[in-house]
Amino acid sequence: MIEVNDLSVTFRHAGHIIPAVRGVSFAVAEGETFGVVGESGSGKSTILKAIAGLVKADAPSLKINGQSLGLTRSKADRYLMQFVFQDPYGSLHPRQTVDDILREPLLIHGVADAAEKVTVALGDVGLLPLHRFRYPHQLSGGQRQRVAIARALILRPRILLLDEPTSALDVSVQAEILNLISRLRRSYQLTSILVSHDLGVVAHLCSRIAIMQSGRLVEVLDVDSLRRGRAKQAYSLELLSASRGFSRSPS
Amino acid sequence: MSQSPLLEVEDLSVSFPGRGGITRAVRNATFSLGRERLGIVGESGSGKSTAGRALLGLVPPPGIVTAKRMSFAGLDLISLRDVDWQALRGRRISMVMQDPKYSLNPVIKIGDQVQEAYRLHHRSTSEEARRRALAMLDAVKIRDPDLVYHFYPHQLSGGMGQRAMIAMMLIAEPDLLIADEPTSALDVTVQNQVLRILDDLVTDRGMGLIFISHNLTIVSSFCDRVLVMYGGRIVEECQANALQAAKHPYTRALLKAAPSLDHPLTELAVVKRNPEWLL
Repeated sequence: MIEVNDLSVTFRHAGHIIPAVRGVSFAVAEGETFGVVGESGSGKSTILKAIAGLVKADAPSLKINGQSLGLTRSKADRYLMQFVFQDPYGSLHPRQTVDDILREPLLIHGVADAAEKVTVALGDVGLLPLHRFRYPHQLSGGQRQRVAIARALILRPRILLLDEPTSALDVSVQAEILNLISRLRRSYQLTSILVSHDLGVVAHLCSRIAIMQSGRLVEVLDVDSLRRGRAKQAYSLELLSASRGFSRSPS
Repeated sequence: MSQSPLLEVEDLSVSFPGRGGITRAVRNATFSLGRERLGIVGESGSGKSTAGRALLGLVPPPGIVTAKRMSFAGLDLISLRDVDWQALRGRRISMVMQDPKYSLNPVIKIGDQVQEAYRLHHRSTSEEARRRALAMLDAVKIRDPDLVYHFYPHQLSGGMGQRAMIAMMLIAEPDLLIADEPTSALDVTVQNQVLRILDDLVTDRGMGLIFISHNLTIVSSFCDRVLVMYGGRIVEECQANALQAAKHPYTRALLKAAPSLDHPLTELAVVKRNPEWLL
């Protein structure tokens, strides 16, 4: 479904050249949830943004359903894939009601029956009719992230790109959102890529996981190897042991 | 060391009067601390940071702090005047905050900030303070202290910045360190390095440490004892290594809600809140 082939992204800033992603390749099968983990600055979010066309890759390196895509995304591409961002506080327009926010993608793509679709979308993510005309500041963090997920799914995309969807949330709220994501990807047969720094979250949702370090893909593990700590590369092992908590004996 | 505890708190409450009535951020918290690592865990709004701030007399107005007893090394904290707090804060009780980006002064060199913390509490020559600051930067495992001394905060990574903060807080050799989410802004591998530094310093200097965090994995692996807070109340107190066997339904629910590497689940448990927990 998604093929990323030798993706590189270079940022240029005030005379500095920053290679954010270097020669990353992977493929995601239809219906699969693929995970990308790494520490800050490893390039994991940049991969997602390059796929969505929010940052420009150095060269065209993406195929969706066997079709090569250029550096920018057409309106049709955007209908096909939608994005959920990390920060539920920053990703919703503060002066729009939930109803406005959910109508916007329908308006852009000229989809009919907006009112009805908004009702269904709210129900899908477990929000009540009373939330429909609230502003984002009147909602909790978890409720806002539900709105962001509803906005991404209201166009019925085939591909969902999730960038740290729960890292701004408390554990108990995170559990609700992860359950919601896993239910929705089943009922809408979504193919998705989930970026996170939390190995527990990635292992919970993904079948295969790419480990990133300084812009490079270190290795791809299946979820079973990740759980058992069966990684080949030293960095992956270090990351795995570090996320199991503090240990007094020096590693 | 089985002397009287370093810190004793009985019935600590913090409330904030507001338009919608009084918000009770901390409710009747009772606990004590020896020369050990005490973890306080809870979700946002559980009152864990406010409790930490109350111990330093840093609850901002209009907050009201009340307690039956709040004593630190034999000193009554409730009746302390502002001047007395000044002598205590930084010198005997210190606090490390979450994010070095916001807690370091962006226009003062790292070394100067660290030595300022020393000179504020000790009479010394500038040469002596400088030497101490360098030694402290070395103690928090900053590789090239002479170089980093002259760096400004923006030139440091998150992990290095947090080490500089710890250096600043420990240079006055406090008896009690309150660390409020000291590693939450850091990557996991860096997080463990910073924890190891904190751990060594606490052990070597025989300090008491209050470690405030939302992360159950870290607290249970790092601390000796844990308090679990919910809605301003301490709902559970247990040995850190026995956290997995916690009894309170909230703690149990919280443990089950976090996706774990060892126990795959198809559906995560959702925390069902019970109003009785607040009674």
